[in-house]
Amino acid sequence: MTNINFLKPDNKNLPLFLTLGSLFFVFGIFDFYSSNFLNTNITSFLPRIINFFTPLIFAVIGLHFIRIEFSGIKILDNLNKNINTSNFNAILSVMIILLIIFAFPPLLNWLIFDANIVGDTKEACSGSGACWVYIKVWFNRFMYGMYPNAEQWRINVTFVAVLAFMAAGFVFPTKLRNYLSFYYTILLPIISFILIYYLISGGSFGLEWVETGAWGGLSLTFIVSFFSLIFCFPLGMMLALGRRSDLPVVKYSSLSFIEFWRGVPLITVLFMSAVMFPMFLPDGTYVDKLIRVVVAITLFEAAYTAEVIRGGLQALPRGQYDAAKSLGMGYWRMHIFVILPQALKLVIPGIANTFLALIKDTPLIFVVGLLEVVGMLNLAKTNPKWLGFSMEGYVFAGILFWIICFSMSKYSQNLELKYKTDR
Amino acid sequence: MSDSIIQIQKVNKWFGDFQVLKEIDLEVKAKEKIVVCGPSGSGKSTLIRCINRLEEHQKGIITVDGTEISEDTKNIEQVRAEVGMVFQQFNLFPHLSILDNCTLAPIWVKKMSKKDAEILATEHLKQVQIIDQAQKFPGQLSGGQQQRAAIARALCMEPKIMLFDEPTSALDPEMIKEVLDVMVNLAKQGMTMIVVTHEMGFAKEVADQMIFMDEGMIVEKASTKDFFDNPKSERTKLFLSQIL
Repeated sequence: MTNINFLKPDNKNLPLFLTLGSLFFVFGIFDFYSSNFLNTNITSFLPRIINFFTPLIFAVIGLHFIRIEFSGIKILDNLNKNINTSNFNAILSVMIILLIIFAFPPLLNWLIFDANIVGDTKEACSGSGACWVYIKVWFNRFMYGMYPNAEQWRINVTFVAVLAFMAAGFVFPTKLRNYLSFYYTILLPIISFILIYYLISGGSFGLEWVETGAWGGLSLTFIVSFFSLIFCFPLGMMLALGRRSDLPVVKYSSLSFIEFWRGVPLITVLFMSAVMFPMFLPDGTYVDKLIRVVVAITLFEAAYTAEVIRGGLQALPRGQYDAAKSLGMGYWRMHIFVILPQALKLVIPGIANTFLALIKDTPLIFVVGLLEVVGMLNLAKTNPKWLGFSMEGYVFAGILFWIICFSMSKYSQNLELKYKTDR
Repeated sequence: MSDSIIQIQKVNKWFGDFQVLKEIDLEVKAKEKIVVCGPSGSGKSTLIRCINRLEEHQKGIITVDGTEISEDTKNIEQVRAEVGMVFQQFNLFPHLSILDNCTLAPIWVKKMSKKDAEILATEHLKQVQIIDQAQKFPGQLSGGQQQRAAIARALCMEPKIMLFDEPTSALDPEMIKEVLDVMVNLAKQGMTMIVVTHEMGFAKEVADQMIFMDEGMIVEKASTKDFFDNPKSERTKLFLSQIL
């Protein structure tokens, strides 16, 4: 045990350095923990400025001792390679670890350990943690809005049915594969519209009529997003092709359409659809508020989708056009079979981006008085009996939107992998 | 009408102010093989791209198999279906397998049934000796294999004329031969071919006529033997001395 160089830990004295390093590291972390959560600062005898940094210093020294190359211990090597390559990296790693220790326990306490879930009045909440009772009591409203409780099964049935029709595409017999895009762009919207019209809206077949103003909550989020997504994609594609067209009329009308809708804020568009649009209609005609909103969002997002798709079209080398033309393909055949499949594959991330933004824009429909999940939240938090729980509400909405958007983003990643044919 | 399948009369073309083709006159008879050579920027690629109107010419007349090439779209697609083209960069469709690359146009342009198209494609893929790669995607093939697949794709349209735009320029020396072999075979089968290339060995072997272009003009047009043995213009001599 001679010649131990503490500045250069080596393999020969591995056990010594390991013990020493872990001790320092654990001490540093413990120091931080105790001074933050146990109210006892074990290094308080030191000058204040040093005292403040002791956790960091000790932990970094600890990491320095265990930074031994080719130690032969797999975990240690991995650790060194990933978070402990140099003193600077060690400092960053320790700071992040300390930050996590600092921030997570209180967050978890609020979210879970101190939270209240039992009961169904405001008084059931102790106040130190989140009051999930609030969410529980209002859950039905957050999901279905003002839709009458007794009729809510209709929404559930419709959603299950639409999901089933969407999933049907995956089990299509191979013979009908060619009609898949037709099914998704034309048939599915029609089927869904009919289902929603007759089931959710009602009014015939002995079902009670429920006006769209009463629809709301998460189900409305889904309805609005579903139709906007399904329509804005083909429309955007047409606009993208139109903007690149050689025909001046097509080109400039696409261009001005795109630039108009990209230039105005969505909230203005929604407001206009609610207030100004009816003024242009002849007396007596009436277009449902929800339809107006869906059309407005569709047109708005189509402009964005168009530009994303145009990006993909421009990324294709000219040779692809040449090759398709040289085989005698006309404009539509060239685009359908050669250009669009490649361009759309390239822009899957961009399209996913636009679609996620669309879903997260839906809360804006509150300006026309439609209350989807965030709208319902805003309504619920002003209820005199339940004042002061906006935090829980927003966290809940955040989690909901995150789940929806994350699943979509996962799905888009799957698509990317599925259509990956390396050049 | 003469027996020529392609007639090019006094064709001029400009890119902006720059004139790329100047008063080009050329006649190609059926089953004739023509090799076009010349320094880069001399307009040789542009010339053959004008034949199936991948580029538009502004002045002059181009007639392919009795159809004049003009702005009338219907004509152009008809002509393009009869004129196969092979590109320097292969330009296979990367999202389709080699087999699908070959069957796409026969199915959707010639309205062939899928089964017939696949039989036809298999035949041509055998001819270019990459039938074992039929299910792969272009990205998984070597350059030489890709170019042979591209030739097969063009042949699947059963064209009367084949245009080759520097088909070996983007290839490794080892792969050039496999592509040239396919082209020589094709020539022996009696295909009408216009080939832009710098492969003079290939030219000597198959060409009936040689064309040397420079600065947008046809500088020399001669039978292959005359072209190599006693070129008339100084410019051609200089070019040949550099390339041979």
